[in-house]
Amino acid sequence: MADVHVPATLVPLFQGLPRRVKVDAATVAEAIDRLDERWPGLRDRLCEPGPVLRRHINVYVDRERAALDTQLDTRSRVDVIAAISGG
Amino acid sequence: MPQTVLLIGTRKGLFVLESDGDRRDWKARGPLCEGWPIYHAVHDPASGAIYAAAASEWHGAGVWRSTDLGETWELSSEGLAYPENGQKVSKISGLTAAHGRLLAGVEAPGIFESRDSGATWSLLSTLEGQPGSERWNDPANQPPGHLGVPAILPHPDESEHFWAIVQGVGIFETTDNAASWTPRNRGLRTDWPLENPEVGYCVHKLVMSPSDQQRLYQQNHVGMHKSVDGGQSWTEISDGLPSEFGFAAAAHPHDRDTFYVIPLDPGHGRVMPDGQAAVWRTSDAGDTWQKLVSGLPQHDAHLGVLREGLAIDTLDVPGLYFGTSTGQVFASADEGENWSEIASYLPAISSVEVAVIA
Repeated sequence: MADVHVPATLVPLFQGLPRRVKVDAATVAEAIDRLDERWPGLRDRLCEPGPVLRRHINVYVDRERAALDTQLDTRSRVDVIAAISGG
Repeated sequence: MPQTVLLIGTRKGLFVLESDGDRRDWKARGPLCEGWPIYHAVHDPASGAIYAAAASEWHGAGVWRSTDLGETWELSSEGLAYPENGQKVSKISGLTAAHGRLLAGVEAPGIFESRDSGATWSLLSTLEGQPGSERWNDPANQPPGHLGVPAILPHPDESEHFWAIVQGVGIFETTDNAASWTPRNRGLRTDWPLENPEVGYCVHKLVMSPSDQQRLYQQNHVGMHKSVDGGQSWTEISDGLPSEFGFAAAAHPHDRDTFYVIPLDPGHGRVMPDGQAAVWRTSDAGDTWQKLVSGLPQHDAHLGVLREGLAIDTLDVPGLYFGTSTGQVFASADEGENWSEIASYLPAISSVEVAVIA
């Protein structure tokens, strides 16, 4: 099971969403699909139609910059980061 | 005693200011909507719900909705996306609640509707084929802060009849629920050359007199204008104002000849002239204008007010409210004669709407 860490800004939007979620997924896109199944609408907060990752959402798999098609293994750590911006 | 509720959309969330029918003492709640930037928020008198158009730099555009006057909220963007034609919904600029549905004007220019109280949305129109549409999706033609369709004005009685503003292009009218459109910009002027005289106008705010459906007013990039024929033609009424430029406008609920604007310097600053805060009123449909300043700051007050930043309530003696790009809210309980500052330190304000709840 991949270990997905979601940004704090997502937590108040979805009832019961924790900062860390274990999902069974072969790619980053599948991991987001699993989250969207449990918390409908979550994909739209991370991806634009396409789907492609939103401009200011960055994903890292085992600390390396990743894309939606990046492969996961059962021990992968996935960090979803809202880019540092704004003021 | 009715409850008076102000919905203040800001760069850092929605704020709700509440008072009674006297409109003297106000209590504020917020920031709501998790601090998402709110471009426009409205109250639907039919359902009692509040809707807030939001766009997060991180998490995209969506509409927040609350059925308990802002105590609890839900966000949805389901269906708020173009088919895969390359256009993107980057911003929801204006919300309209009328005739049992919600309409949302968005950037890139288009209109979405929801018939289930904002839970799901579907594309109603991109005004495809209208003059100007061949160019308005080109990013090169979209100025900074482009809003796409910043506002939709519904006809109060005819559910399929409404007007849409396309930013920098003009007003379009439909009487068949967006199946067909007609440009309604005759008589407007520009300070720039037009390839097609039907379009190319910069309409900032369009309002209808609640007491005369033929009487429309608009604050344009160049001038104040009125229409006495439901928008078929326009006449400029800028004489007597300190500036032809401004964003906000409000029509008196009981007198078709009374109308309010907030003139601004037209340059980069776009703030009230000479550091003096003022709302201007006509009571004769634009023949003459009065400057209303009692209670407003008259020194070093470089205040900006955006297109949704001025609202008027529907009480017998209407109250007016405006919010500034520096976070102040000013209110008048006597048709603009006297003003007081009812909030001083909010984030930059995009919109002010008022609801009177029995």
